[in-house]
Amino acid sequence: MAAPIHLAYVDGPTPGWSDALVAGVADVFPNPIHASAVPLDLTPSFVPSRQQHHATLVLAALLRHRPDPASKILGIVPVDLFIPVLTFVFGQAQLDGPGAVVSTYRLRAEFYGLPGDEGVLVERAIKECIHELGHAFGLVHCAYYDCVMHASSTVDEVDVKGAAFCGHCVSVLEGKGWK
Amino acid sequence: MTEHRILIVDDELSVRSSLEEWFREDGFRVETAEDGQAALRAMDRGPFDIVLLDLKMPGMDGISVQKRVREIDPAATIIILTAYASVQTAVEALKLGAFDYVTKPVDPDDLSNLVRNALQARALTEENVRLKEKVSELTAITPIVGVSAPMEHVQEMIRTVAETDSSVVIRGESGTGKELVARAIHAQSRRRYFPLVAVNSGSIPETLLESELFGHEKGAYTGAQYRRKGKIELASGGTLFLDEIGDITPKMQIGLLRVLETHRFTRLGGNQEIASDFRLICATHKNLEKLVEEELFREDLFYRINVFSIQVPPLRERPEDILPLARFFVEKYARAMGRPVRAIAPEAEAALLAHRWPGNVRELENAIERAMVVGKGQALEGRDLPLAAQTDGAGEPQARSLAALEKDHVARVLRECDGNVTQAAKVLGIDRATLYNKLKRYGLRR
Repeated sequence: MAAPIHLAYVDGPTPGWSDALVAGVADVFPNPIHASAVPLDLTPSFVPSRQQHHATLVLAALLRHRPDPASKILGIVPVDLFIPVLTFVFGQAQLDGPGAVVSTYRLRAEFYGLPGDEGVLVERAIKECIHELGHAFGLVHCAYYDCVMHASSTVDEVDVKGAAFCGHCVSVLEGKGWK
Repeated sequence: MTEHRILIVDDELSVRSSLEEWFREDGFRVETAEDGQAALRAMDRGPFDIVLLDLKMPGMDGISVQKRVREIDPAATIIILTAYASVQTAVEALKLGAFDYVTKPVDPDDLSNLVRNALQARALTEENVRLKEKVSELTAITPIVGVSAPMEHVQEMIRTVAETDSSVVIRGESGTGKELVARAIHAQSRRRYFPLVAVNSGSIPETLLESELFGHEKGAYTGAQYRRKGKIELASGGTLFLDEIGDITPKMQIGLLRVLETHRFTRLGGNQEIASDFRLICATHKNLEKLVEEELFREDLFYRINVFSIQVPPLRERPEDILPLARFFVEKYARAMGRPVRAIAPEAEAALLAHRWPGNVRELENAIERAMVVGKGQALEGRDLPLAAQTDGAGEPQARSLAALEKDHVARVLRECDGNVTQAAKVLGIDRATLYNKLKRYGLRR
C-alpha cells in the first residue's frame, strides 16, 4: 500500500506551516507525501442560504485534480464545510476511497473568539488530516479515546485525542497491506 | 466491536448520501430508503438497531412509516429527523415510541451523542431481558436430590456431558425429573450464561410447534401480526430443550434434522437464513429405538440427537431416594406456605417407603404438597398422606367405580378440611363451584 498521498491546498497558496503538516502526516503514514497548491474554484460548492461550502461537492471537484489513479488526494480548505443534514463537518472522506477534504475554518482558535495560535492550528490540522486519510485507507471510527480515528465533533475532542493510530487500527491497516 | 445496523429514511438524496457516509465512517452498516414504501421493504432485510426517519416525505408521512416500522420490529430504536421544529409532530412521534427527534441541520456532536445514547439504551434493554431470563432460570433450578447409586450415576453422566456440546437424550418415565436433568446439564455447561429454552413438543400441534421453534415473519399466516423469534433463535448461545421428542411429527422431524445439520433455519414466511448456535437436549418417555424400528421416528434424526443418552430411573427402583426427596419437598413447601412443619413422622415415612410411586418424583412432590396443606401438626403424619388405599398391606382394594372413588375421596378431603370448602377445593385442585356441584351430585354435606 504505497499509494502516494497528495496534500492539496485549495483556495490559496501553500501556507507557511505546510512543512510541519507534511512532517506530522509522514510520522504516521510511510507513503510518499507531496504537498502543493491546487487551483480549485470553490464557488460552485457555496450554498448562500447556509453561508457554507458543500463538502461533498468540494470533494467531487478535488478528485479531478488527483495526479494519478493510484494516489490519495487530501484537500485542505480554509472555508467552512457542511453536509446537508449536519451544521458543519471538520472534514469528509470517501471510505476506502481516493479522496478526502479537511476544513481549517473551525480548527482556528480565532473561530472561538481566542487569539490566533498557529501551533494549535497545525496540531489540529495534522490530526484531522490523518483522521480523514485513515477513512480513505478504509478505517472507521475507533472507540479508543487516544486514537486519531476516535470520532470528534468539537475541537476539544480533537485536542484530547492523539495524532497516531492505536494498535487495533494499525492492525486493521496492516491487514489491508499497509507497511 | 459489534457492527450496528442503521436504516436512513429521507426523501432528499443529499441527506441520505451524506448521512450514509457519516455513519459508515462510524462503523455502521447502513441502508437507505427514499420513501415510506422503500423503508418498509428495507425493514424486511432487518433487523436494524436504529431507524433514522424523516417526518416530511411525499406519499406515506413519517408518522405512518413509524407506526408500520414499529409493527414490523417493535425493538427498533427510531430517531425522527425533521426540517421543521414542530413540537406537535415531535410529541406525537415520541408518544408513538420514538427514542428522540432532531431538527435538520443537526450539530454533529448532538447527532453523535443521540446515536450513542440510543445504542446504550438499546444495549441496556437487551441486557435487562437477558438478566431477567437468567434470574428466572436460576430461581427455577431445583437441585437433583438423590443418594442412590443409579442417581449418582446420573449425576456423573451430567458432569461428563455438560463439558461437551454434544446432543443428549434424557430418557425416563413421566415424573422422573428429565427436565431437571436437562437444566443441570445446562447449568454446568459453558453455555450457562445464555438461556435454556424449553419446548414441550408433545403438547403443541404441529403447525404451532413449527412457529414456536422457527418463529415467523409478519403475515406468514393469518394472525401473524408481528415478526416473532422462534425458540431456536432465542436459544442461540444456550441450550434448546425439546421435551417429548418422541411425539413430534415426521414433517417436524425433517425440519429439526435440517437445523441440526446446519444450525441455520428460516422463519416461517421468511427467506433469510438465520444462524443459531445452540446445544440440543431432548427428553422422552418413549422407546426411541422401537419408534425407529416401527418407522415412526427417523433413523438419521435419532443418531443425530442420541449422541449421549441418560436414563433417569423410576423412583421405585431407587427407594433410598424417597425419604431424602420427601424431606426436601417438606422443606420447600414449609418455606413456601409459611408452615412450621419440619419433620416426617415414622409412620408417614413407612407409608412413603411402602408406596410404589407410579407417578415417580412428581407424584411424591404432589403428595407432600397436599399433606402440607391438610396436616395440622409440627410433623407430617401418615393420615396426612393420600396413600392409604395403595399401601394397605391387605392387598389391592376391591374394584369400584370411578364415581364411588371420587365420592369417597371428596368426602374424606372435606372431612380433613373440617368442612372448609375453599380449602378442600384447593386440595382437590378444583374450583369451589365444581366442588359444590360434586357435593350436590353425591349428596354430601359440609
